[in-house]
Amino acid sequence: MVELCPNCQKEVESGPYRICPSCNYYFPLTVQQRIALFADPGSFVEMATEMKSMNPISLAGYEDKLKENEKKSSLSDAVSIGSCSIENQPVIVGIMSFAFMGGSMGSVVGEKITQAMLEGALRGEPVILFTASGGARMQEGIFSLMQMAKTASAAALMEETRTPLFLVLTNPTTGGVTASFAMLGDVILAEPGAVIGFAGPRVIEGTIGQKLPEGFQRSEFQLKKGFIDALVERASLRSTLSFLIKTHTKGGAVYA
Amino acid sequence: MHEEQKPELEQTLDQIETLAKNHETREGASSWECVLRSRQQGRPGAKLFIDLICDSFMEMHGDRLYGDDPAMIGGVGLVEGRAITFIGNRKGANLKENVLCNYGMSNPEGYRKALRLAKQAEKFGRPIVCFIDTPGAYPGLGAEERGIGEAIAQNLKVFSTLKTPILCFIIGEGGSGGALGIGVGDKLYMLEHAVYSVITPEGFASILLRDPSKAKEAAEAMKMTSYHLKEFSVIHDIIAEGSAQETAMRIKQTILRDLDVLCSKPAEHLVRYRIKKIRGIGEVSGGKEWWQPLLEVFKKTQSLN
Repeated sequence: MVELCPNCQKEVESGPYRICPSCNYYFPLTVQQRIALFADPGSFVEMATEMKSMNPISLAGYEDKLKENEKKSSLSDAVSIGSCSIENQPVIVGIMSFAFMGGSMGSVVGEKITQAMLEGALRGEPVILFTASGGARMQEGIFSLMQMAKTASAAALMEETRTPLFLVLTNPTTGGVTASFAMLGDVILAEPGAVIGFAGPRVIEGTIGQKLPEGFQRSEFQLKKGFIDALVERASLRSTLSFLIKTHTKGGAVYA
Repeated sequence: MHEEQKPELEQTLDQIETLAKNHETREGASSWECVLRSRQQGRPGAKLFIDLICDSFMEMHGDRLYGDDPAMIGGVGLVEGRAITFIGNRKGANLKENVLCNYGMSNPEGYRKALRLAKQAEKFGRPIVCFIDTPGAYPGLGAEERGIGEAIAQNLKVFSTLKTPILCFIIGEGGSGGALGIGVGDKLYMLEHAVYSVITPEGFASILLRDPSKAKEAAEAMKMTSYHLKEFSVIHDIIAEGSAQETAMRIKQTILRDLDVLCSKPAEHLVRYRIKKIRGIGEVSGGKEWWQPLLEVFKKTQSLN
C-alpha cells in the first residue's frame, strides 16, 4: 500500500513493520498490528472490554466527543488490555492508542492500566505496557490527574510483589503518562524517533522564548540523558521482549 | 494475613476515612474568585505556615544528585515535642523571592529533594506534612533534560507505599502533576480558597475552549475549588481561612488530631488505606469490583515481605 509519510512527505510503502523506507518514520500501529508484532498468534484475550468513560465533571460536549472518537477509531477508549503469550511465556499487556482522543488518560485508561498491572502482580506474570499519549484527559478534570497516582501506586505494588514491568514508549509519550507509569518500568524501551517528555514542545518554547534544539525530547535524546534502557526496532520487538521475560522471571533468577 | 484480622483492617480504613470531618461542605466563593485568591501575592505560603506551626524548624537542602531547588522547601520541625518532616512548594513572599523561587515551579531537583527527605522521615519514623502551592512543575529545557517526568513519577510511586503517616494540605494553587508530586498521602485537605486541577484554567481555555480569554468560564467548568473536590471525595476536608495565624492554628490542630490516630496504626494499614483511597478515584461504566483483587495483592506483598 502506497501512502504519504507525514514526516518526509513522500509517497512510500511502509511494509509489514509500518516504517517509512525513506526517513525511518514509525507509522502508528493499530492494536491488532501491534499485537501481531510480538504475541504468539491467536494468544491475545482482551480484558475489561465493557469498560467505558463517563462524564465525571459533567463537562458540556464530552459525551459527544467520546462517541465521535469511538466511531472514528473503532475503539472503546484509549487503551486495550489483555493477556497473551510471547514464545509461550504468559504476559499481561496494555496497548494505548493515540487515535482515541490523543491517547489521553482519563478514568478508563487509569483503571485499565491499573487492572493490567495488578492482574500481572496476582498471576505473577510480567506486564508490558505500550504508551502513546498526549497526557491527562483534561475533560475529566481532577479525576484524570488522580489516575497518575493510581497507576503509580499499582507500580509500587508490582515492586512489592516483584512483578516485572516493561514499558515500550511509542510516539508520542508526554504529560501525565510520562510523569507516572511510563517512567516506572523495570525496563523502559522506546521506539526510534518517538517524542518522549513531560511538557509539550510548544509550552517549553514559550517558557524559554526560543526554538528547541533538533531532536529534543526524541527517544534518542532520552537514551542519551539516561531515561530509557534501549531503543527497540519493530523487527526485534518480539525477541527483545522474550529475552526480558526470560531474564526477569523466576526461571531466570540465579540467586533465589 | 489471617482471616480474623480482616475486620480490624476494614475498621482502621473506615476510621481514617471519616477521621474528624469538622467543617461542613458549603459552596463559598466562585471558582474564578478562588483561582485569583489562590494566586494572590501576599497569601500565606508554606514557609510562613511552617514557621507558625513549628516550635523550631531546620531547613534541609539539596537532592544529593544535582542541586538544591529553592522552589521546594524541606526540613524537620518540632511541633509540641513531635518531630515532623515538612515539605512544601515555595513561591516566595515578594517579587525578589518569587524570582529566586521560580514562582513555585520546581525542577526535578525539587521533587528529588522531597523524595530524599520523605525516605529519611520513613527511616526515623517521622510523619510527613506536605504543603502544596504551585502552578505546576517547571516546563523548561533543563527540567526536561534532567527528567521532570521521571522525578514526579518516582514520588507518586514511593509516597504511595511509604511506611509513615503523610498529611497533605493544598494551601494555594494545586497545579497538575507538579502539585501531585508532593500530594500523595493518607489525608488530603484544602484551604477554603485553594484550587486543585489537572491544568490551569488558562491552559484549559486555550486547548479545549480554543480561546485563552475564556479562563473564567474554564475555571467554572473544571470544578477545581475545595467545595467541588470535597463533593468528589478527592479531598477529605476543607479548612476555613482566617488570618495567617488563625489558618496556621487550624492546620496545626488538624495535624495533631490526625497524627494521634494515624500514629497508633500499623504502617501497613496506612499504606493499604492510602492505596485503596487512590484506587477508588475515577468514574467508569462497566468496571468490575476491585477491592477483593486488591486485598489479594496486599496479601501477596505481605507474604513476600
